[in-house]
Amino acid sequence: MDKDFRQTVMAYLAGKLTCRQVAEAITDYLDGSLSFWQRVRFELHLGMCIGCRNYLRQMKKTIQLLGTLPPDPIPDHIRDELLRRFRTWSHHQKHTGERSEQEWR
Amino acid sequence: MTEHHKEWTVRSAYTGEDESELLEVLRKGDEAAFARLVTRYSGSLLRIALAYVPNHAAAEEVVQETWLAVLEGIQRFEGRSSFKTWLFKILVNRAKTRGERERRYVEFSSIAGESADSEEPMVDPAQFDHAGRWITQPRSWDEVTPERLLLSKESRALIDQAIASLPAVQRQVITLRDIEGCSSQEVCNILNVSETNQRVLLHRARTKVRRAIESQLGSSLIDG
Repeated sequence: MDKDFRQTVMAYLAGKLTCRQVAEAITDYLDGSLSFWQRVRFELHLGMCIGCRNYLRQMKKTIQLLGTLPPDPIPDHIRDELLRRFRTWSHHQKHTGERSEQEWR
Repeated sequence: MTEHHKEWTVRSAYTGEDESELLEVLRKGDEAAFARLVTRYSGSLLRIALAYVPNHAAAEEVVQETWLAVLEGIQRFEGRSSFKTWLFKILVNRAKTRGERERRYVEFSSIAGESADSEEPMVDPAQFDHAGRWITQPRSWDEVTPERLLLSKESRALIDQAIASLPAVQRQVITLRDIEGCSSQEVCNILNVSETNQRVLLHRARTKVRRAIESQLGSSLIDG
């Protein structure tokens, strides 16, 4: 295939998607839920559009950042209370078996 | 597999083999096993609960109730789903009930963006011209790293704020998927939503958090 023709075909296929459509489809793309041809068009558009490539990277970075947010630790008084309840539960388990699960509360 | 999922595989390594052993000794009444699980998961439970109930005190109570329900149910837990999915599901059911009781859940349900089929756009329309092209090209964030962003208390507060101000269902989805690192199937199972709805809600939520980060970058971190 000659190079000009190939570029025309690629531009045609990629041109079918707007930047807005690409931005809207990023989660679908990352989740692998685009169809084969949607994916081809998506990637062709990315190949030719620096703005969309940057936007995709920004979204990936946002997701990565969310995954690093540390949770707040549980307050000590709750932990202590839970362990106290656990002892009652476990005592009950050992003495009465599973039948009276509700009673220990 | 996306980068995000790879990262999660590493982070969730602890849900592997040792967890079934932990559950086994927990069933036999081992307090240390319970203490370890409480330490491991309570922070996560707390922030998922906060997507349902209006304040910290209510969220803490829901977390406590959840652990008591775990003790009640542990003998019947067959391991068909992972412990984490089972645990999160218990929490979500309780948090939902509690949230409804506090009326917040009901009030918020009517707000736009709450359901996946609302009219809310998937992206900020102001970023695009009539032909759907960027008005201002998004710039590279290559200099931005999560570590660097989270170093600053101000940016951390801003991101927390962006998450807290999402419509409740979007917050629930992004908390489970991106913050807690659950897979798409796990989230659908825990929240009882379809994959399509889940992705729509997740995308809207991610778009807003991205915008919050961008505004923060614009204001301070650019030269920092």
